[in-house]
Amino acid sequence: MLKDITLGQYVPGDSALHKLDPRTKIILMIAFVVAVFLVKRIEVFAIVILFTIVVTLLSHMSISYLFKALKPMRLLLPLMFLMNLFLIKTGDLLVEWWIFKIYSDGLKNAIFIVLRLATLIAGTSLLTLTTTPIALTDGLEKLLSPLKIIKFPAHELAMMMTIALRFIPTLVEEADKIMKAQLARGADFESGNIFKRAKAMLPILIPLFVNSFRRADELAMAMESRCYHGGEGRTRMRVLRFTWRDLVAIFVVAALIAAIVIAQKLLPPLF
Amino acid sequence: MPIVVENLTHTYMPGTPNAHVAVDNVSLTINEGEFFGIIGHTGSGKSTFIQHLNGLIQPTSGRVLVDGFDMNDKKQRRQGRALVGMVFQYPDYQLFDSTVLDDVMFGPKNIGQSPEEAKASAEAAMRTVGLDPEKFGEKSPFELSGGEKRRAALAGIIAMKPKYLVLDEPMAGLDPSGRREVLKTISDLRTELGCTVIMVSHSMEDVARSAERIAVMNESKLFALGTPDEIFSRTDDLIAMGLDAPQTARLAKALREKGIAVPDNIYTNEQFIEWFGRVRNA
Ligand SMILES: Nc1ncnc2c1ncn2[C@@H]1O[C@H](COP(=O)(O)OP(=O)(O)OP(=O)(O)O)[C@@H](O)[C@H]1O
Ligand SMILES: [Mg+2]
Repeated sequence: MLKDITLGQYVPGDSALHKLDPRTKIILMIAFVVAVFLVKRIEVFAIVILFTIVVTLLSHMSISYLFKALKPMRLLLPLMFLMNLFLIKTGDLLVEWWIFKIYSDGLKNAIFIVLRLATLIAGTSLLTLTTTPIALTDGLEKLLSPLKIIKFPAHELAMMMTIALRFIPTLVEEADKIMKAQLARGADFESGNIFKRAKAMLPILIPLFVNSFRRADELAMAMESRCYHGGEGRTRMRVLRFTWRDLVAIFVVAALIAAIVIAQKLLPPLF
Repeated sequence: MPIVVENLTHTYMPGTPNAHVAVDNVSLTINEGEFFGIIGHTGSGKSTFIQHLNGLIQPTSGRVLVDGFDMNDKKQRRQGRALVGMVFQYPDYQLFDSTVLDDVMFGPKNIGQSPEEAKASAEAAMRTVGLDPEKFGEKSPFELSGGEKRRAALAGIIAMKPKYLVLDEPMAGLDPSGRREVLKTISDLRTELGCTVIMVSHSMEDVARSAERIAVMNESKLFALGTPDEIFSRTDDLIAMGLDAPQTARLAKALREKGIAVPDNIYTNEQFIEWFGRVRNA
């Protein structure tokens, strides 16, 4: 029922991408986003697409996972495509039919925006698909820790994220169970107008909130009774280490950015 | 008419690396009016199995017929579901309303009873489970103790007067006298209302005492199905599975190993005492 969210949906594996240090992956993901935005010419996008495909192959991830990540955008992407296609009225007129006019710039922009969004989502999904949420927050904490000098609560932030990520699946599961328990008592979530339906959600929301508060309370107690007192002097069970793989990966992404910049400068315009 | 389960298989998250077959090709029939026990170690698929009886989850393959209603069919599922009351393992998933009485009335109202009828059913159900409506009716369900919550949750289902009552570990978290009372309540319900009881339990004693037939689940499969006599004479198998045999069955086994001929069909205290009395007098 509610199982279809890909948020933090780590898929176990031991591909080259899985083995990278989470810090490297986070930085490279940001670099990838920058690279995607650097592309100003549609023909150069081929490089980005090629890169995304190669990285996907390297991750041993089946393409269906990436499509699943794109699923929430299934309305937005076509909408953006159509808006760009019909609303931009510069360039050469390509097609005219009844009140619709398609111009070359419109077509270019429409393709561009869809490619950009799709590759961005694919790239970021590859990060979350190949990195455990815990490793991700660990990496983030490490990356943010220089900011502790200006009193930025890096550890607390990371801990909050870890806990939130840890409990999202639990809450989804619990919502599922509560829903079943109320269904078994003849609750009806599907019929009636919007107010009726909103009211019908109460038997789910109330136990969910009550249980969450209780759980938060218990968790805080359990953490305190194990002497948790913030990040100071805390050591880690899994220490993050850079390896040669990370170096290779950084070079590859640097090469990607270089290739984009050079291609845009030197390639003669195709269209 | 019975509940018929045919080749039921349920896989969680099929097609992913986390796919897990929680129920594997289980076929059985639960007869009208019987007390049907389900045992099995933790994670063996008991909860998954019984959720099919109410159509709360659909089988990956196979089917469930409740009084002939096919629970795979959306329309028939509604009718089938109305016959089956399901009490979940954790009452916290179910209690939500501001007072216990309102909460117990939720089910009856959903099946179309007027507020007055619902109130009457709710109060009767609360009395049945041993919660005094005068004392507990106006309390918030969240300020009840664990055992009281469990009773309130049970009352919420009983108030709907289901033909089949499915209970997922209804006695967990109760003290011994509470266990006995709830178990007695369930047995009484069965004799009074003639409803069929399907009970999952970790307590071999409870199952041994009340169930007429027992299904043993092991690693998603139906390991054995039979009368308590048949099941508990296989003490060794049960122990090998990580389950426990009832204490008396283990005592009988230990005595047998010492060379005392205790019959196979002795696994509750009452049976043992009766047998012992006979032997001593002889
Ligand atoms: N919603 C779910 N998604 C994925 N896997 C699940 C889900 N619910 C249960 N499982 C898995 O299916 C298996 C059987 O679970 P089930 O709850 O049926 O066991 P059980 O016999 O009721 O155990 P217990 O005695 O602890 O209640 C377990 O391994 C569990 O991890
Ligand atoms: Mg269970």
